Amino acid sequence: MWWSDSFAGWSFISPTVALIGLFGLVPLVWAFLLSFEQNDLISPGKWVGLRNYRDLVHDPQFSNAVHNTVIYTLVFVPVCVIGSLLVAAALNRRIHGITFYRVAVFIPLVTSTVATATMFNWLLDPDFGLVNAGLHKVGIANQGFFRDPREALMSIVAMTVWGWLGFGVIIYLAALQSVPADLLEAAAIDGCTRWRAFWRVEVPLLAPATLFLVIWLTINALQLFDEIFVTTKGGPVGSTTVVVYYLYEQAFEFFNGGYASAIAFALFIAILIITVIQLTIGRRLSRWETD
Amino acid sequence: MTARNEESSMLLDPLPDGPTDAPRRRLPSPWHFVLLPLSLVMLTPFVWMVVTSVSTTEESRRFPPGLPHSIQWSNFVDVWTGSPFGHWLLNTAIVSVIVVISNLVLCSMAGYAFARLRFRGSNLVFILLLATLMVPFQVVLIPTLLIVKSFGLIDHLSALVVPNLVTAFGVFLMRQFFVSLPPDLEEAGRIDGASRLGVFTKILLPLMGPPLATLATLTFLDIWNDFLWPLVAIQSPQNMTMQLGLSTFQGEHLTAWPLLMAATLMSQLPVIVLFLAAQRVFVRSIASSGIK
Repeated sequence: MWWSDSFAGWSFISPTVALIGLFGLVPLVWAFLLSFEQNDLISPGKWVGLRNYRDLVHDPQFSNAVHNTVIYTLVFVPVCVIGSLLVAAALNRRIHGITFYRVAVFIPLVTSTVATATMFNWLLDPDFGLVNAGLHKVGIANQGFFRDPREALMSIVAMTVWGWLGFGVIIYLAALQSVPADLLEAAAIDGCTRWRAFWRVEVPLLAPATLFLVIWLTINALQLFDEIFVTTKGGPVGSTTVVVYYLYEQAFEFFNGGYASAIAFALFIAILIITVIQLTIGRRLSRWETD
Repeated sequence: MTARNEESSMLLDPLPDGPTDAPRRRLPSPWHFVLLPLSLVMLTPFVWMVVTSVSTTEESRRFPPGLPHSIQWSNFVDVWTGSPFGHWLLNTAIVSVIVVISNLVLCSMAGYAFARLRFRGSNLVFILLLATLMVPFQVVLIPTLLIVKSFGLIDHLSALVVPNLVTAFGVFLMRQFFVSLPPDLEEAGRIDGASRLGVFTKILLPLMGPPLATLATLTFLDIWNDFLWPLVAIQSPQNMTMQLGLSTFQGEHLTAWPLLMAATLMSQLPVIVLFLAAQRVFVRSIASSGIK
């Protein structure tokens, strides 16, 4: 029996439509409505109009969370992109032991955020941690890392770069291997050194991979949560409270469901705007490259 | 669309080895001087986790730290008996298996329909689907919790299963695959008298190995590593998944580092073993998405 396209189509997509409608679209609309309510997530909410958004603008703790998130993202994304470019370039060759090197770089990627954070809690322990032991050997005094308000956010950056580096490397390795070999040969014949050829021939060809990585890492950096929850819980003295961690506190510790939804929507809009800006700049730059 | 397909077919043969440094040199490549220290830095957290997991508590409280005198396997036993570790492992396995299977079935059905069938409303539904793909999970977190609560599923394993049965990302991935297949395949099947379902299961399914492996890998990693959703949806220790259990375990044993490292090591072992066994599939899958 040959079903019509209509019948087959709707029967094939109906489970998906029902599930994504219920757990994708309904919550989206609901969250939008919640952001105009005062709602403790237990009793019925009260409509308060734009008050949550107005409060957001004047909330010093929210500004602090935005500040921390921006600093984190501005350091994490460039370090991760440049680091993975260099590591991918180093790994893109046929030598003995290359599989071992690649596995070493990729394994943190499949390690869960919770496990990563637990391992770094131990490595960066101020009293008995391995990193302080290393610093001690070269004559540097013990550092507080996650317990020092001046160092906590940068310690989070170091930990998450370790966790994400393999992702960037996979993207760049795939892109490097699509660079046509004759281009590099031509550059060599023209007297170009391998080093110059890398920066002048390969890196510009990697522009689409770089654009994708910058956008993807930024989106993920702006949504940082797990690692903060397991290591610093936003402390010490709010130095690592990022936007999603603040959202979590508002929703599940202070039961301000409406306010938390307003934070979530502010984050959503910020992510959309930043992604559009990055795409526009990225496209313009790559057009300029090819001209 | 064609550019995307070329890109993904390139990724199907993941990371062939790079250009040879030079034709058969005697000396080992100087790149080892860069790559060896780099790998050691990347592996240090794991190595130190393994070392600590077999140390005694006293040994972990020395500065500067050192290697343990004898191997304390008892740490692993203590984790297993002192926490619902077995429950966490089993729960995570149950949730991952159900979610992976349901995603494979539902995403390939929907992906096929969106790629190949012309029916009223398909474009609109597909656009709505793509729209949900852009929404960060934190935005829908609270209403999703309220919906799950209204079904009475809070603190129940189903709370981790039901909202994840199908993902917009998976549908999109499978649609891209079906778009790249030649339509003649189905025509031939139709002329030979196969039914719609017969075409799908007997002709298309055998070709779907690589994209299904990708989808299974990504879904599995996603569920295995998920933290925020279990954190708000589950309260009882015996209903927790591995990651949530591990974080509560850490809360209860703040400085018992050998126990904590033994728990962390055991919690990651299944994924690491799977990764080492199926490295190519993992790498290809991650290259074609953006998961962590």
